[in-house]
Amino acid sequence: MEPATLVLIVVAMAIGAFQLGRGRALATVGGPGGMRRLHSLPGYYGYYVALWALLPALVLILMWIVVEPRVIAALVVSGLPEAQRGLTPGELDLLLNNIRNLAAGDAVSGNVDAALRYAAGDLKRLSASSHRLLTAASLALAALGAIVAWRRIAPDMRARNQVEKVVLALLIAASSIAVLTTIGIVLSVLFEAIRFFREVPLTEFLFGLNWSPQTAIREDQVGSSGSFGAVPLFTGTLLITGIAMFVSVPVGLMTAIFLAEYASQRVRALAKPLLEILAGIPTVVYGFFAALTMAPAIRRAGEALGLDVASESALAAGVVMGIMIIPLVSSLSDDAINAVPRALRDGALALGSTRSETMVRVILPAALPGIVGGILLAVSRAIGETMIVVMAAGLAANLTANPLEAVTTVTVQIVTLLVGDQEFDSAKTLAAFALGLVLFVVTLALNILGLQVVRRYREQYE
Amino acid sequence: MNTRETRRIVEAGLARRHRREGLFRLFGLLATAVGVIFLGVFFVTLAGDGASAFRQTRLQLDVTFSEDVLAPDGEPDLQYADYDALVRNALWDIFPEVQDRRARRELASLASIGAGYRLREVVLEDPELIGATERVSVPVAADVDMFVKGRIDSEVNAQLRPLSDRQLEWIDTLQREGRIERTFNTALFTNGDSREPELAGIKGALMGSLYMLVVTITLSFPLGAAAAIYLEEFASKNRWADLIEVNINNLAAVPSIVFGLLGLAVFINWIGIPRSAPLVGGLVLALLTLPVIIIASRAAIKAVPPSIREAAFALGASRMQVVFHHVLPLALPGMLTGAIIGMSRALGETAPLLMIGMVAFIVDVPSGFTDPATALPVQIYLWADSPERAFAERTSAAIIVLLGFLLLMNLTAIIMRKRVERQW
Repeated sequence: MEPATLVLIVVAMAIGAFQLGRGRALATVGGPGGMRRLHSLPGYYGYYVALWALLPALVLILMWIVVEPRVIAALVVSGLPEAQRGLTPGELDLLLNNIRNLAAGDAVSGNVDAALRYAAGDLKRLSASSHRLLTAASLALAALGAIVAWRRIAPDMRARNQVEKVVLALLIAASSIAVLTTIGIVLSVLFEAIRFFREVPLTEFLFGLNWSPQTAIREDQVGSSGSFGAVPLFTGTLLITGIAMFVSVPVGLMTAIFLAEYASQRVRALAKPLLEILAGIPTVVYGFFAALTMAPAIRRAGEALGLDVASESALAAGVVMGIMIIPLVSSLSDDAINAVPRALRDGALALGSTRSETMVRVILPAALPGIVGGILLAVSRAIGETMIVVMAAGLAANLTANPLEAVTTVTVQIVTLLVGDQEFDSAKTLAAFALGLVLFVVTLALNILGLQVVRRYREQYE
Repeated sequence: MNTRETRRIVEAGLARRHRREGLFRLFGLLATAVGVIFLGVFFVTLAGDGASAFRQTRLQLDVTFSEDVLAPDGEPDLQYADYDALVRNALWDIFPEVQDRRARRELASLASIGAGYRLREVVLEDPELIGATERVSVPVAADVDMFVKGRIDSEVNAQLRPLSDRQLEWIDTLQREGRIERTFNTALFTNGDSREPELAGIKGALMGSLYMLVVTITLSFPLGAAAAIYLEEFASKNRWADLIEVNINNLAAVPSIVFGLLGLAVFINWIGIPRSAPLVGGLVLALLTLPVIIIASRAAIKAVPPSIREAAFALGASRMQVVFHHVLPLALPGMLTGAIIGMSRALGETAPLLMIGMVAFIVDVPSGFTDPATALPVQIYLWADSPERAFAERTSAAIIVLLGFLLLMNLTAIIMRKRVERQW
């Protein structure tokens, strides 16, 4: 039986178990009239029995799904002829894949010999008996759990407390997914990065000035030494982030000031949702706009001025990214400005200063930490932004500060290194994970710093 | 005296200060206008580029379904017959004066290779047609489509344009004879991806996105809701709860591409789910949207007034009963709104999907959670990279469809929020 159908059957059994448990609870006290003698509401006895039927069987099915392929693979391999058991892990994987395809009746690469056919038959037999075993075991476990729980039902059994304990455990488990995700990210990136740093020294990666990740596939290949100096990527990222900040910080801040201080109710009601739309446009759409509308426009403008602009200039990507970040900066600045106590503002106005003077000399200095924190969050967003730069910035790792030239960024390189065919023992693929580690650490640091600044600043006035 | 002196100083500077005030205000207005103007420019260019992709040029051909072509050996093999030959013959019949081999090839290339497929469909539907002549509407090649839509300038030097002078003349003649028509581009919504722009559609990508979102919502909404309930209602202020809080806040700001790396390393390399499968994409997007949903759900739970809880406690309800019988039903609409917003973010997400192989060229429409698939935003990325002019138009059209879906989801969320918003 397929695991999905099996799960459905187990769930159906649990529903049945609920009815049985509830019925027995009522029966022990002589029908609904005696309900007052039960410790918990009858439904809780039902849930109790249902949980006992459901949870152990589900855990078993899940574990089986995870472990089964490995066990079967090991068994099939141990049945192979002597010569093939000595293959390298990679070749063995290929062979196993072939056996699987043969068993499923798909196309097989390479020639099919008797041993392979025998192994495929082996595989089919093993997985069929494994499925039978799983079906029998899980259904038996569900039934056993239900019976054990059913027999325990008595009027003074604290069914509600037991059920609530399980639910609480499930809630805690759900909330720890967030922690698990972080651990997963750290481990997955860290392990591959460590493997990378075994081949390429950390100092070369962090301080090397030359980035050309093409490693030679054959020994005698020309021109692909593979050098992994990531400095051009860092400077490229900083350049584009800088341009984006140059656009988004003044515009976002002035927008927030205008909407908070000058705009009429009607203008505000119109402009705010429009800016929110800007924040909701997917980044791939911004990328398309940057590559097909903004870049040619900047190129034409540059030619009119007699400047030589690369077709994938950092400027186009940076400006569009800046526009994307405007809503973020403006909403965080808005929060910071609104958090300044009204008394400060009223005091300044009462002393006769104009509204702009109040804003520049009183409110902005008071709101500065909050605004800085917001800008840090915006910088972290710009550094991690991928699609705009993948589509509009180049691949050439130039070490330059000229916004009209093409530069590449950390995220672009991660995408280029990992899209397409990959083998997981080449430095080229592993480099992507090292870059990912850098990206994760930097954005994490910026976020923690930004959140800290924002929070401490808020507390100051509360 | 002193007051008068002060007044003089103030009044002397007043004009300058008011000028500054006006200037400051103007800057503010301009800054606000930048965002709004960009939005306007963006939508106008998008509509200008994409609107025409919803119509497709088609050619009316009088096709003779001759037996010589369909059944050269007497026994017709309708699946694999040479339908392209029928298309060629039909075109050559319209222009009998064209005899030169190169010219005839150019003439034949006016029709899309999809024309042959269309004829096969027609014949398979009605095999009686064999031997008869029938007027069939077939798609034209992408360049012809572009020319008819006015996106290829006939004034340009012939070397630089994809259609030759005589091809333009033929198109003119066909137009005069009323053989060229423009119909709604159904192929865009019923086909998978294709190398030929005129045959490429977004159905595969839409289905891929749908499968992914199903996986995402079934995982992230229950998990996010449960996590929010725990953090708001049960967690005491201890280290563990603090740790989870910090984690959620940071995960919300981790670049999405890093989630792609996680998906690649854990779901594909470690657990061994096939690459390009909507299942992996859905899992990654579920982790990505989890913080969004948790934060929104917590806000919804917080908005339920404590009096509700206290009343339930007073009646003897247990903590679990208070939460599940009283707080949760009141908070649910707000939580669902958060879930919709999380889903709209997941729908537009591209970068992590590139990491897990959903960027492959896939023609077939996926029919399950483990079939290779791509997603709508990834399709936009792929088409935006294609050099053909006709793909630029289709990219804009796909973006319009994507934005349409996002608008729909956000409107639903806003309407829902408005309807359930209650003042306690």
